[in-house]
Amino acid sequence: MESPNNKVAGDQSFVAGILALIGRVLLAVSIPLISFYVLYLGFLFLRDSNAPREIIVLIAIIWGVGGVGILYWVFNWLVEKLPDQWKGRLLPFVFVGPAIAILSWYLAIPTLRTFYLSLFGRDGPPEGLSFIQQISSAAFVGFGNYASVFTQDLMVEAFRNNLMWIIFGSTFSVIFGLLIAVLADRSSFEKLAKSLIFLPMAISFVGAGIIWNFIYEYRPEGQTQIGLLNSIVTSLGGTPEAWPQWVAISPWNNLFLIVIVVWLQAGFSMVLFSAALKGIPEELLEAGRIDGANEFQIFFRIMMPYIQGTLISVWTTIIIFTLKIFDVVWVMTGGQFGTHVIATQFYRQSFTNRNSGFGSAIAIVLLIAVIPVMIYNLKRFREQEAF
Amino acid sequence: MSSGKNQKRLGKWLVNLTLLLLVLIWTIPTLGIFISSFRNRDKIATTGWWNVFPHREWRPVSELDPKALGLNPDEVMEIEGVSGTFDQFRKGIETPDGKRVAWIGNKRLGKVEVQENAWTIDWDFSLDNYEQVLGGQDFEFRRPDGSVEVVPGDNMVNAFLNSLAVAIPSTVIPILIAAFAAYAFAWMKFPGRRSMFIMVVALLVVPLQIALVPILRDYRALNLNGTFLAIWLAHTGFGLALATYLLYNYISSLPRDILESAFIDGASHFTVFTTLVLPLSVPALASFAIFQFLWVWNDYLVALIFLGGNPEFELVTQRMAAIVGARGQDWHLLTAGAFVSMILPLTVFFTLQRFFVRGLLAGSVKG
Repeated sequence: MESPNNKVAGDQSFVAGILALIGRVLLAVSIPLISFYVLYLGFLFLRDSNAPREIIVLIAIIWGVGGVGILYWVFNWLVEKLPDQWKGRLLPFVFVGPAIAILSWYLAIPTLRTFYLSLFGRDGPPEGLSFIQQISSAAFVGFGNYASVFTQDLMVEAFRNNLMWIIFGSTFSVIFGLLIAVLADRSSFEKLAKSLIFLPMAISFVGAGIIWNFIYEYRPEGQTQIGLLNSIVTSLGGTPEAWPQWVAISPWNNLFLIVIVVWLQAGFSMVLFSAALKGIPEELLEAGRIDGANEFQIFFRIMMPYIQGTLISVWTTIIIFTLKIFDVVWVMTGGQFGTHVIATQFYRQSFTNRNSGFGSAIAIVLLIAVIPVMIYNLKRFREQEAF
Repeated sequence: MSSGKNQKRLGKWLVNLTLLLLVLIWTIPTLGIFISSFRNRDKIATTGWWNVFPHREWRPVSELDPKALGLNPDEVMEIEGVSGTFDQFRKGIETPDGKRVAWIGNKRLGKVEVQENAWTIDWDFSLDNYEQVLGGQDFEFRRPDGSVEVVPGDNMVNAFLNSLAVAIPSTVIPILIAAFAAYAFAWMKFPGRRSMFIMVVALLVVPLQIALVPILRDYRALNLNGTFLAIWLAHTGFGLALATYLLYNYISSLPRDILESAFIDGASHFTVFTTLVLPLSVPALASFAIFQFLWVWNDYLVALIFLGGNPEFELVTQRMAAIVGARGQDWHLLTAGAFVSMILPLTVFFTLQRFFVRGLLAGSVKG
């Protein structure tokens, strides 16, 4: 900013310096203010406007994506104006700050808040009271909600079903994924097969629910069945059943829902296994074959040990996934007919019954269930990290 | 030697056959709904979609009026040379010459058909279902017998646009934020760096259910509920841990000397990030972007909770779930709607499949 001319002329340079300083301060204050104000106006427009949907959508995308870019640019610009020492101290936080703030707001702090809520009754802690008053109020139930989580009939049913989801869902996803990966590796139409198996990954659970309704659809006996499964059953001389809704075989009707998720997820494990299998050195397999091992021995004695790491990570990913399963059950049966799982119970308690204490207790139970995986991740991070 | 070769050929054949079977099983559900979405409203509800393939079916050759024949359905009847009770005729009785006599309808108003078993194809496709699910108004439906019925359509266009407005920023924002953070974790030194990164790793597996109730309370207090901003932020928050972790893995492995020479030339971190790191990270950014896009587009729970109260901002998944719930027998809307909701993710998926696969690999094998 300081030009050589300023140093020569005394008075003039002083005034110019002051003006430059004021200009800088004004700029430093006004640029963020203006950008925040513009962003806020955009927000109001999006919230309240009656403009045609197409325009709202376009502006929303530009505002949302551009807004974040502007924020980073403005913060960086501000920090760049500071002396070098402060710049070095603050710049990392401009870069990492938003991520940490959002992660804290959306995941880290809510675990504590949800735990706190879980200690209270239906309406949560009474508002406007101090912490001490809150926990001595009638709404404070301590671990009462947890007692009901583990004893209430529907919850016990949900735990049992989730256990089925975890066991059958993850096992079948892994087995089918592995089977298809091994077969595709040797087949002549590998690419096509993998694409088609992988395709359901792009389909939403709601869409998958509709697709599978067409497989499971039930018509009373004597009518033409339009569901594939019942059509096969009746053509073989059986009686049609409403498969997922079939109360008589609860809890086994859950399997008909699990099939849907296996169908969606097998592609995921297939891709990972396929990559892992391709990573096995060809010499290793050749050596096995020369030693006279048959294909099954090669699979169990060479391939399986080699891809063990992938096997574990795929398995845990799918276990966590099935633990949180919600959409499929909610769309297909709404949790009726003995198909409730933990996540649907959570939704029902928190948002349908508006019992935030009980719902929060269920969420905390879910969190506790994933803690072993979290510890495993952290341990692995410590081992491999050169941080 | 030749027996070994034969065995190998047999093995290959077996492998292909098994795989073909699995692929068929995997494809049939989608194929079924795809075919159904082009079928006539009445046909979907009364016959299976596989009828579009050539199959043998009993078709009527002639019709008889039971009253004119003087038949009494409560006794054993004789029609066209075969005899049986009403229940037997309801199921149809085959005549010695390969035809079938069947009683259609109930005892009083029914008719008797003589049918023959013939090859048929139920080949009658149209785009009507799509028109109805997107058009948003009432439609006239003409039954084969000539009667006209007015059926309500559905307005998926609105939901489709809303889903776009949710999915694009919800994909870009977390990636941008995560990329900045990943860069700082990888290339800047600052106090608390390690503990912050440990927090990211720990949050990788936290189920989002844990956050829904507290965040909903915040949104009510901030009057954010039912806005696009609310759901962008929510998806950002829930996707950020994974995004940061994956991008850190990638950005930290960028060649050190390229960045260092840029710093020597006097470039600032911001310039290095925007002009060097972002362009170099395109493969990682793209693969995560696809992942996140599919996740957001297909999400139902987050939308249900943060956009649930506002029908203006309904997304395709919500719209579909609503049709399932309220009009579950409107199969023609369900099939076409399901395909409308799938068209964008499937396009993204097929065009960018390679990136997507790479993203999966980075996430689960390396991480």
